Amino acid sequence: MSTVTERAGQVNSAVHQPVSLAGALNRALGDALEADERVVVFGEDVGPLGGVFRVTDGLAARFGSDRVWDSPLAESGIVGTAIGMAMNGLRPVVEMQFDAFAYPAFEQITSHLAKMHNRTRGRVGLPIVVRIPYGGGIGGVEHHCDSSEVYYTHTAGLRVVTCATPSDGYRLLRQAVDSPDPVIFLEPKRRYWSKETIDLAVEGPELHQARVVRPGTDVTVIAYGGTVETALEAARIGHDEGYDLEVVDLRSLSPFDDETVTASVRRTGRAVVVHEAAGFCGYGAEVAARLTEQCFHSLAAPILRVTGYDIPYPPPKLEHQHLPDADRVLDAVSRLQWEEGPRHG
Amino acid sequence: MTEGWLGLLPSEGPVRLIDAAGVATGDGTYELPDHETLVALYRAMVVGRRFDAQVTALTRQGRLAVYPSSRGQEACQAGTALALRPQDWLFPTYRDSVAVVTRGVDPVDVLVNFRGDWHCGYDPYEHRVAPQCTPLATNTLHAVGVAHAARLRREDAVAVVLLGDGATSEGDTHEALNFAAVWKAPVVFVVQNNGYAISVPLHRQTAAPSLAHKGIGYGIPSTLVDGNDAAAVHAAVSGAIASAAAGGGPALIEALTYRIEAHTNADDASRYRQDDEVAGWLERDPVRRLAVFLSSSGVFDAAGFDAEAEGLAAGLRTRMGTDAPVSPSHLFEYVYARPTAALARQRADALDLPVGGGATMDGQEPGGRGIR
Repeated sequence: MSTVTERAGQVNSAVHQPVSLAGALNRALGDALEADERVVVFGEDVGPLGGVFRVTDGLAARFGSDRVWDSPLAESGIVGTAIGMAMNGLRPVVEMQFDAFAYPAFEQITSHLAKMHNRTRGRVGLPIVVRIPYGGGIGGVEHHCDSSEVYYTHTAGLRVVTCATPSDGYRLLRQAVDSPDPVIFLEPKRRYWSKETIDLAVEGPELHQARVVRPGTDVTVIAYGGTVETALEAARIGHDEGYDLEVVDLRSLSPFDDETVTASVRRTGRAVVVHEAAGFCGYGAEVAARLTEQCFHSLAAPILRVTGYDIPYPPPKLEHQHLPDADRVLDAVSRLQWEEGPRHG
Repeated sequence: MTEGWLGLLPSEGPVRLIDAAGVATGDGTYELPDHETLVALYRAMVVGRRFDAQVTALTRQGRLAVYPSSRGQEACQAGTALALRPQDWLFPTYRDSVAVVTRGVDPVDVLVNFRGDWHCGYDPYEHRVAPQCTPLATNTLHAVGVAHAARLRREDAVAVVLLGDGATSEGDTHEALNFAAVWKAPVVFVVQNNGYAISVPLHRQTAAPSLAHKGIGYGIPSTLVDGNDAAAVHAAVSGAIASAAAGGGPALIEALTYRIEAHTNADDASRYRQDDEVAGWLERDPVRRLAVFLSSSGVFDAAGFDAEAEGLAAGLRTRMGTDAPVSPSHLFEYVYARPTAALARQRADALDLPVGGGATMDGQEPGGRGIR
């Protein structure tokens, strides 16, 4: 089996037109289907329609209905049959249409997808990617905006990753498809249409690694998925207010990249975690606990969380109240016990 | 218009080739399996029953954590397992140990799960037997996936999944039947209707005329068979496998049987059923009826199989008499293809090994215990 890097070399990596995240993920799926005939893509509306977010656009026509097809409308059925297909030599990439519509598949994901490799002491691996558009900020009505990441990160045996940009989305998805482990691939819906000129490279941070997307000296702002752009915006505004924020994009929520994140926090001495999901028992609680356990003597202030409130996801006209924005991030930054003002003010 | 779906309907009565008295009854659809096959079925049932009795005894002695007995369902399990071709897949549940043993898995490897050593003790690829599934009906979807992948890969293989009457109420069964029918997947659903889902009798489980009827709405030809007639089960499952392998799509077979023992050793069946009901089913014993038929039909040496079964039981007593070593390092080794850094640290912590690199606490001495 060729490696990820070798396969990446088989495709033309120069893309000079700006590409959206949805477009980059579409290219990643196309290149993965091209690179490995064991890869199949199925789910609800992923065939001729190309998915409700068009992430699978054109793939059914290009690869045929034995590689890319519409399944019946049943999420447990999609994940459960993907498990059987992986047991029999395929590498399925399946789509859950929306975050909250993935819940019927929860038993298959937690009881089988996550456990088969362990149950069989490594004899049966399940190289499956479950793609889930997640999070809010698109004016979606109820059941279309959940941040469901911790349901999956709390389950041993799953890799859980999320992308923030088109370039990294391409890279992460290619890496996820090539992973021998099952991967929950969370796609931040509100960044689907963000465009950038991308480099179709698989090289770079590995599947399990976080990355510093903006170096800074005063505070480490830890974000993932849709909130990475929020953190970067806070850093831009904060710069004018005298704060030099370092922004870390976690990318991999499970496993957690202790090395990259603790190195950053030891440099800055302060940390804020930003996510859309509710704060109570949220991902930020784990991050704060880990950093406290590992970096206590480097910290100048308690680690703060900027999160969604502990409420069911709000209706569209109220979601801006719920979602963390740059102001809330900077408000947290200002509360980090600065005795003499920001160090680089 | 109706002709299309009339073919999907189950027969009015269950298919039966040998009745409870051991007399061949004949059936308009299925032929009686040949003598060699019937002898193989008898042998598998005798060995399977002895296995089951020995494991039940070992459980009472505290050698196993739990055991769900197959007693009374030997015809369903031997009949199904022996109908499979080598390239076919079996998807068993926790109650199907006799089917798994019949398929060729080492009995001690089957018991790894019930002994509490690990969750599955055999290599699923060696005999094409999936791990015995505990969450009801979830394995039906895995079978459909294996079957569909076989079709996509142009592989001549059929998946056969075992499920019970209770499992037909679970959503996954219905999703699996639907996916299988839409995809024309080469998969056979064998429903062992043993009358009870732990304590809940069938009439509180479903209002359908039969469980076989549940296949019809999905466009799946469905058959009702006497689940205590190994010949009928074998004939029906073999027929369904041949049809699926030839591109005919999925089939559902409901086998009417009875669980003679309680749900598991931890269950008390007297709380929900009467002894005379059990006695009635003992009269329809699957092993005895085939013995009577074979004895009446010519040369047949039952004693040889009894000796083989006793040999298996003696081997089990010896091999299960001592605890197998279990390795704590296995707890961390197989969660992912390679242990993550965090799991490597936790393994070192659990096994009292020095920490090798990875995350450390501020001010921590080298070689000390790291963060989990």
